Amino acid sequence: MNDYDRFVLDGRPVHFERGQSILEAALASGAYIPNLCHHPEFKPHGSCKLCTVKVNGRFGSACTIKAMPGQEVASDTPELNGIRRVLLQMLFVEGNHFCPGCERSGNCNLQALAYDLEMLTPHYQHFFPARELDASHPDVMLDFNRCIMCELCVRASRDFDGKNVFALAGRGTASHVVVNCPSGKLGDTDFALSDKAASVCPVGAILHKRVGFAVPIGERRYDLAPISAQVPTQQAEEA
Amino acid sequence: MLHVAPTPARKKVRIATTSLSGCFGCHMSFLDIDERLIELVDLVEFDRSPLTDIKHCGPCDVALVEGGVCNAENVQVLRELRANAKVLVALGACAVNGGLPAQRNHLDVGDCLTRVYCDRTGGKVPDDPELPLLLDKVYPINEVVRVDYFVPGCPPSGDAIWKYLTDLIFGRIPRLEHPMLHFD
Ligand code: SF4
Ligand code: SF4
Ligand code: FES
Repeated sequence: MNDYDRFVLDGRPVHFERGQSILEAALASGAYIPNLCHHPEFKPHGSCKLCTVKVNGRFGSACTIKAMPGQEVASDTPELNGIRRVLLQMLFVEGNHFCPGCERSGNCNLQALAYDLEMLTPHYQHFFPARELDASHPDVMLDFNRCIMCELCVRASRDFDGKNVFALAGRGTASHVVVNCPSGKLGDTDFALSDKAASVCPVGAILHKRVGFAVPIGERRYDLAPISAQVPTQQAEEA
Repeated sequence: MLHVAPTPARKKVRIATTSLSGCFGCHMSFLDIDERLIELVDLVEFDRSPLTDIKHCGPCDVALVEGGVCNAENVQVLRELRANAKVLVALGACAVNGGLPAQRNHLDVGDCLTRVYCDRTGGKVPDDPELPLLLDKVYPINEVVRVDYFVPGCPPSGDAIWKYLTDLIFGRIPRLEHPMLHFD
């Protein structure tokens, strides 16, 4: 390692390959930076802002900023974790997140991040929005109450499956994910359980039918270890 | 034999507890601290609580509130606790974010009542003046009063409650970490 291929993350040198983002390089080195809308196989989206770091004193998204020599990156600081907690709280109150009744509970990245950042309350006034449920597909169920609009399903279906099943519609607080067909029902598309898009949702919005609650409490992914302690497994699974 | 001066009796921490729009699961979980209850008896005394059957709360140190706010009586009880307690703790998912009862929040409460009481049985919506009025939504308690601490979980485990409570009693900054911190 020389000075040309490393930057400094929280005081420790991190090696990077040309073209890698700060987040990619950090994860590859085993260092965790919180993230939600990032997926190693898809183009960075830069929307959730959970990966916000300070690069040479300026705020930026670790998933969109390319790693460069000479960068001093701060991530695990009280200031940044405080901001991240606020972002999480806003995500929680914006949707309907009733974890005790959610099939994804224990395996959910949003929830796991909230644990990791010790978010004890959503704090803000809840929106309690009315959102769509769609059980029309034989194998997959949609519950947009829990959608965080990371567009991973949109990206996966469009860029990987070549089907373009999902899209983001509306603007501002009215933004929401829709199914791209005249009826708007997943059952009327060529969406399949084997699609990449069926397995990228970081929360409990796209659910496989008939497998919910199969893994008992205590043995679910984030029961075993916090999300920040699972960097290598996360990388291996997502790749 | 060692002669140790008896430690001066510690003033007991006075605790009030209540279940608003909850299922009493959090109270049951509180009892799950099992034999530590004996230790607790030396540390605390109870004010208003389902355990004492005292109906109105007096000045106390800690109020543990289970359940969200779904009707007018819940508002009254919660405000009384807030007015009397130095520290108010939201105990469990329903107090923290409304919980499962709040799943009615995107529905019209009038519609819900007609569907349940009229449409199927042909009866009428109960209107006995003894019945507290339902609110339009089920509210997390921090949307009604100021809340000092939050213990999420449906219910929080006995261990989590014990940890939080003893942190509070002994003046530590209360803290829950993996695996005690959970939302389900
Ligand atoms: S998607 Fe995650 S955060 Fe939302 S209710 Fe389900 S487990 Fe909880
Ligand atoms: S459905 Fe899931 S993957 Fe798609 S935008 Fe919503 S949260 Fe992201
Ligand atoms: S992971 Fe970088 S903005 Fe979402």
